Amino acid sequence: MDTHNLKIYNEREKMKTQVEDINRNIYDIKNKDDYEIKIQGLNREIVEEISRLKNEPDWMLEIRLKALKMYEELELPTWGPDLSELNMDDIATYVKPKSKLNSSWEDVPEDIKNTFDKLGIPEAEKKSLAGVGAQYDSEVVYHSMKEDLIKQGVIYTDMESAVRDYPEIVKKHFMKCVPISDHKFVALHAAVWSGGSFVYVPKGVKLDFPLQSYFRLNSPESGQFEHTLIIVDEGASLHFIEGCSAPQYNKVNLHAGCVELYVKDNAYLRYSTIENWSKNMMNLNTKKAIVGKNAQMDWVTGSFGSKVSMLYPMSILNGQGSKTEYTGITFAGGGQNLDTGFKVIHNAPNTSSVINSKSISKDGGACTYRSLVRINENAKNSKCSVSCESLMLDDISRSDTIPVNDIRTDEVEFSHEAKIGKISDKTIFYLMSRGLSEEDAKAMIVRGFAYPISKELPVEYAVEMNNLINLELEGAIG
Amino acid sequence: MENKLLEIKDLYVNAGEKEILKGLNLNIKKGEVHVIMGPNGAGKSTLANVILNNPEYKKISGQIDFEGENINDLSTDKIAKKGIFMSFQMPEEIPGISTINFLRTAKNNITNKPVKIFEFKDSVKKFSEELNMNQKLIERNLNVGFSGGEKKKNEILQMLILNPKLAILDETDSGLDVDAIKIVSKGIEMYKSSENAVLIITHNTRILNHLDVDYVHVLINGKIVKTGTAELAKEIDENGYTQFKNL
Repeated sequence: MDTHNLKIYNEREKMKTQVEDINRNIYDIKNKDDYEIKIQGLNREIVEEISRLKNEPDWMLEIRLKALKMYEELELPTWGPDLSELNMDDIATYVKPKSKLNSSWEDVPEDIKNTFDKLGIPEAEKKSLAGVGAQYDSEVVYHSMKEDLIKQGVIYTDMESAVRDYPEIVKKHFMKCVPISDHKFVALHAAVWSGGSFVYVPKGVKLDFPLQSYFRLNSPESGQFEHTLIIVDEGASLHFIEGCSAPQYNKVNLHAGCVELYVKDNAYLRYSTIENWSKNMMNLNTKKAIVGKNAQMDWVTGSFGSKVSMLYPMSILNGQGSKTEYTGITFAGGGQNLDTGFKVIHNAPNTSSVINSKSISKDGGACTYRSLVRINENAKNSKCSVSCESLMLDDISRSDTIPVNDIRTDEVEFSHEAKIGKISDKTIFYLMSRGLSEEDAKAMIVRGFAYPISKELPVEYAVEMNNLINLELEGAIG
Repeated sequence: MENKLLEIKDLYVNAGEKEILKGLNLNIKKGEVHVIMGPNGAGKSTLANVILNNPEYKKISGQIDFEGENINDLSTDKIAKKGIFMSFQMPEEIPGISTINFLRTAKNNITNKPVKIFEFKDSVKKFSEELNMNQKLIERNLNVGFSGGEKKKNEILQMLILNPKLAILDETDSGLDVDAIKIVSKGIEMYKSSENAVLIITHNTRILNHLDVDYVHVLINGKIVKTGTAELAKEIDENGYTQFKNL
């Protein structure tokens, strides 16, 4: 090794002692676009074909066709980021990988298994998870849960199996929390949905370890439309983690998933997401929770990837004394327009919500915090506190805050705090005077800014988030 | 020659369009303690910042050498790695980063190798106790919610941990009560050796009651107009800066 290489080697070794080194390549692994079936475009025949391939009952096909009609009638939203680049004729609405659903990683085809290996899923499963689901393009290729949970009556399976095996529960809840008329991309989702996870936690059952579903989109010019339906029954408790990523392509990919959460009386659900879509992704996802009496719904969300995101999880506090907390961070780099936020409806007395949002933008990236807080007339003695903070790393990046507060009763405590700031040259100088490079100084400031969010994540994800921050800041110095 | 640390030759510096330093010369050798005094606006803090190449200031001409090497164009982090430390007049607050983790990152960067955790923790504990710092501060976010005195002590702690060749203390004594000044002086005494040097920038003489200094320089209007011993500080204490204004 000559001295120059030795120096580089030493630098790298040194970096590893700070945070575990990460290789962007793990997100960018492109497997061959090798599929059993790939269906492009959107029309009635295609929707019928997807339903037929899945061997679905008629009631599900009816929902799909109704949704398709709704999709055709609804307009594109005009109040947010520009979506004109999206052309549904170019998007594959269904991509069936060359794999069936497996309950052992050994049976998952080599290239697909390798991808999930590199993303660390099987390892996390062994160490810290109660169950794992893994979706590749349109279908779930792996699902498994620990024995003792099966014995306690916990159900964790792919959505197709749920439609087949638990039709009554699915019928009662599917597209009921999120109505198909909600917006154009919910209608699209309901028309072509495929994959996703179904969870049922019986009364009083508390899971000590999280369940995790990971969604990987490999196929270029395609969409992912997974449906996640979770029911946490009375007094039960669950932490669910959702991860998503895709390799980078030149053409647009689309993600229009839907998450429906039912948190029954006295139950607890925490829903954590680390989203690291590639920067050609339109992420138009919809997530809602209905929260029962004295129940609690917590959201933790890290949005890093995608070209455009429109994502506003929502809690509907229907039960007296119900609570919700939203903790979210959004990081937009060059060419990214991430429009994120939170919605909450206080619909019963003594309900409370805490919203804590942070955003970081750099290299001309744009972050918008958009929120809705509605406190209905019947929601006496409710509390809501909102805090949103934005950090811009340069003069060309954007940050906006668009809160809507609709408060229909006087008997509430409501507070809203918003801060928008630029990274300070003085702070960078201070850190550099302690031997940190400009890059490291910025990364440290951003990590510190993000800490209140990352500390809410399971430790491996906090590490991953810090790594993503470091990655995003690499080469950020012009 | 070997004892030479900092050598500043005919330095002119602007902040924006404004001329701040106008032909400043200064030599500091190992083992020496220098004090720069001067009225507000004379350019004292500019001098500290410009040695560390703060991009807010622009060198128009002149040269800064450290151990015989021109450091005019080195970035701040590289200068820090050469062994120059600056204690800030107003230390920055960094939310979300604990003081101990920050110290460790700084030490790793300065020494260019990973610190041994236990040794490191021991020395942090030892020095912070000497400085009468509440141990809980070390776990708290860097400077966030620290009192003025706590921030200054934290700067001295960093100096002791990073152990630079040249420590520049920019108004470290300002705003401190008598007890805090004693503790800060004690920190400087602990640091001082025949192998390093201290440059104290101050506008009052109180800290000099607790420290032995070799040179006192009077900085007025961007230039050092007089250099003397500790006696000079006493004179300033009694008669102010007016006497030097016409030099």
